Amino acid sequence: MNYQNREKVIAHSIFIIGSIVVLYPFFSILFLALSEPGKRISGFTVPSGIYFDNFVKAWTDGGFSNGIFNSFVVVFGVVSVTIFCSTLAAYAFEKLDIFGVTPLFALLLVGLVLPYESIVISLYYTMKSYNLSNTYWSLILPQIGLSIPFSIFWLRASFKAIPKSLSEAAMIEGAGRFTILIKILIPQMIPAILTLTVLLFMWTWNEFLLALIMIQDADMRTAPLALSYFAGNKRYGDPAITAAAAIWVALPVLIMYVFLQRRFISGMVTGAVKE
Amino acid sequence: MSTKYIYRPQNKIDYSSYLYLIPAFIFYLVFVFFPLADTFYNSFTEWNGISEKKWVGLEQYAKNIQNKKITSSIKHSFILIIFYSILPIIIGLLIAGLMIRVKVHGMSTYRAILFLPQILSMIVVGIAWRWIYAPKGPLNSGLDFFGLEEVSRAWLGSFDYALPFVGLIGTWVMFGFTMILFIAGVQKIPTELYDAAKVDGAGAISEFFNVTLPNLKGEIVVALVFTVTLALRNFDLIYITTGGGPGTSTMIPSMFIYKKAFQMNQVGSASSLGIMLTLLIFTLVSIILLIFKDKK
Repeated sequence: MNYQNREKVIAHSIFIIGSIVVLYPFFSILFLALSEPGKRISGFTVPSGIYFDNFVKAWTDGGFSNGIFNSFVVVFGVVSVTIFCSTLAAYAFEKLDIFGVTPLFALLLVGLVLPYESIVISLYYTMKSYNLSNTYWSLILPQIGLSIPFSIFWLRASFKAIPKSLSEAAMIEGAGRFTILIKILIPQMIPAILTLTVLLFMWTWNEFLLALIMIQDADMRTAPLALSYFAGNKRYGDPAITAAAAIWVALPVLIMYVFLQRRFISGMVTGAVKE
Repeated sequence: MSTKYIYRPQNKIDYSSYLYLIPAFIFYLVFVFFPLADTFYNSFTEWNGISEKKWVGLEQYAKNIQNKKITSSIKHSFILIIFYSILPIIIGLLIAGLMIRVKVHGMSTYRAILFLPQILSMIVVGIAWRWIYAPKGPLNSGLDFFGLEEVSRAWLGSFDYALPFVGLIGTWVMFGFTMILFIAGVQKIPTELYDAAKVDGAGAISEFFNVTLPNLKGEIVVALVFTVTLALRNFDLIYITTGGGPGTSTMIPSMFIYKKAFQMNQVGSASSLGIMLTLLIFTLVSIILLIFKDKK
């Protein structure tokens, strides 16, 4: 019993130390952002009061209302089209007879490991030649392509988990394949699709390099891109305002995480294992 | 129409199945595969992005290999692998080894906190750490507090310290992920295996090497592939923290690709570096998968 207790104390201590290490940078910039504007805090003291002025200043000066709106547009486009296309493809791969599954999968596997640093140059010149750079299209279309390999692998594994008997019964009653997908399989897939939605939301929201390259117009910047310009701008050199801006950008994903953390974690951990 | 699905001879292929693949593959081929092929082509040319492309064969690759700045940027990436992969995996394994039979109350809360760095934009993470490492930031204030004024400095502005200190941000991002992954793996190992090891007189250390480690093989492969690819790409964090500086002390290949293509107008050279980075990642991932497959 004593031995058990000692082990538990050690386990809790490790987790608490780990949690402090993780949380310290967050509280550090939160305190900084909440500090009195103009007053330099040393970073090792707790602020004397709570001031929201830095948040207001960051919001109005950094153009974050535009940035956050743009990010939501891009996320909506990427997530909805990716899920639609990947569901159809994963269904065909898992439940329909397809010749040449292995080479098609190998092709998708390339996209799963590919550092997309290597393709953005070509994407930029192609988009520019069609006058699409600096538009939502230049952000949405490539990110659909980049999200599809993971999404197909993820959804295919969930299709696999649905027993064959379900669709066979419907087949005997004369239902077509599309009807079977919509009426019988998709209702079973809702949890998997939800988790995928959460992951795609997060990845698309946080995407940076593509936006950095495609967007020149300040009004078209996504939230992380607006943040990087804001943080690099000497005129707003005050670290407290930059900290407040960083919190604005992190907030939508953080709020989602508070409610759906299990989906985030299980999605990324099992998703990584399945890959 | 529907009778077709009641009985279907095995040797007949229904080509309409392929219709379901078309939308996904159009997006993938047009926006991922075609750009990759195009980059591959451009890597054999000299091109400033505006004028005609000039075919130069392997010249760009030869120049890259001879360019000391580029070879040292690849060396930096390997140093970052120590911080992004090796350190978090060691930390995760050691902690998982300690958690074999402990049921911790409040595990889901700890898990949620430890996983937090994974969900945030690297730009946000970079800004938080820029403040911690700042000349008057928390790290230096802490050092001053303990009377270590001589030690404190502008960490990210130092030629010697910038790279390891950027690396430590990667360790911070990754260690929670490896911990969660390995603890989940350890809990799937049947307790009989540990009991058997106990009967054989195995101590804690031999238990770790003979039972825990071999049974976590799958999780270790996952962690390696995930963290190594991130360490080799890593554009966002370098861009927001150091921009590759001071000098070229934190320069990495992806930063070079960006600078060459979009600031120096050397598109051919940037493309060849992009292909080299892709090959490097594919090679490392294959090596990881091969090593762990052989041990089966």
